[in-house]
Amino acid sequence: MQATQIAGTGIAGYGASIPRMRVRVTEIARVWGKNGEQTAAGLGVSEKAVAGIDEDSCTLAVAAARKAVLGAKIDPQNIGAIYIGSESKPYAVKPTASIVAEALGATPNLTAADLEFACKAGTAGIQACMGMVASGMIDYGLAVGSDTSQGRPGDALEFSTGCGAGAFVIGAKDAIATIDGTTSFTTDTPDFWRRQHQEFPRHGGRFTGKPAYFRHVLGCANALFAKTGFKASDFDYAVFHQPNGKFPLEAGATLGIPREKLATGLVTPFIGNTYSAATMIGLCAILDEARPGQRILAVSYGSGAGSDAFALTVTEAILEEGRRPVKRVWDLINENKTYIDYAVYVKHRRKLKSM
Amino acid sequence: MHHSLPLVWRRIPERYNLIGCKCETCGTPYFPDRKICPKCRRKGKLVKQKMPKTGTLYSFTRVHAAPSGFEHESPYWLGIVELGNGVRILSQIVDSPEEKVVIGASVTMVFRRIYADAEEGIIAYGYKFKTI
Repeated sequence: MQATQIAGTGIAGYGASIPRMRVRVTEIARVWGKNGEQTAAGLGVSEKAVAGIDEDSCTLAVAAARKAVLGAKIDPQNIGAIYIGSESKPYAVKPTASIVAEALGATPNLTAADLEFACKAGTAGIQACMGMVASGMIDYGLAVGSDTSQGRPGDALEFSTGCGAGAFVIGAKDAIATIDGTTSFTTDTPDFWRRQHQEFPRHGGRFTGKPAYFRHVLGCANALFAKTGFKASDFDYAVFHQPNGKFPLEAGATLGIPREKLATGLVTPFIGNTYSAATMIGLCAILDEARPGQRILAVSYGSGAGSDAFALTVTEAILEEGRRPVKRVWDLINENKTYIDYAVYVKHRRKLKSM
Repeated sequence: MHHSLPLVWRRIPERYNLIGCKCETCGTPYFPDRKICPKCRRKGKLVKQKMPKTGTLYSFTRVHAAPSGFEHESPYWLGIVELGNGVRILSQIVDSPEEKVVIGASVTMVFRRIYADAEEGIIAYGYKFKTI
């Protein structure tokens, strides 16, 4: 466990992208001979977002990052670092971050890299940017979590793996939310992995709860409280990594955070678990409605395993014209969506072997 | 299908950020980039310029018999988009409900995969448009 309090860093801009297509959990259950209603209720997920055939974690990252840079009101040339967290990279070797940098017009004077830590690589990027901003090495850094999450056909994961991206511009000036503290909690916990050249991940089944998700999320949140002096009741909103619709509610209940404070950032029931993007899209949804002075607790979780926790305070700058994206996260979730059946879903996710 | 790597590489500014050019002599914008202004000829002076990222749908068609590399996307919309500065470009129209794909519809640029060069080759990314 380690904690850092980095003075003066904050979120300058944020953005999320969620693809338009949805497949219902009941439809996936129909194909695999499971009880759809029961499966959906068991997971707390009713439908999930599906990226189109011309979308991948790179295009979703670009869409989210463009919104974040627009809201930050900065010249992309002032971005000194770009980190893309993903476990579904379009290339095994060739950084998505370089493509995002080019698409933003941030090249060539910046550092860029892709990060991998199951579902928490995006928040690891936020911490890297915070350190670089605080040290004066860069003016602004961009951290993106983007995934077109993968689940083997018929596997329990397939019911919940969604697609989406969340992006944050981290800077020291004109922050819409200051980051008051961050802590990480990391152990070697083999609850989820994907070996080299394998298409789909494997997981520890029922062991992914208590010794994995809850140990890290709760351990990290408590470490943040211990180091910063905040209590759970100090926060007006909270967002936890959300592999399903139930785990984050249980984590909240254990910490004494009521459901109302979790509702805004709980997006997995409607778009699925977007892996690296999950906590970040939830945080975007909270920033869409939080008022100046309100405090936010964000705790990510990545299998393998680790958590990053952040304490944020919203500033007056969030009320300035153009600092929030035009479309709110909940608009992206609810508007312009198209339902597809399982057959169209496997086509778009390239799960048909003869394609 | 095999695509030329230099072709993908060289067109990155054009495809990612709609970078064309403008003749400083007569003010005409061009996309894609040109070497000579057809109006001013040797008196023309072309400089790089970003095109606006929004426009209106000038014309469109629906492609049912797709060329190689686009088979899995058919049927799809192909449109001529008139950008805010009057420049017209050909682009796929994606993520748009059928009732919104009409002449005069407002459209905005999105970043998508255009094609991938077989299993091991390069992925070409670039602009497509969607209705607002």
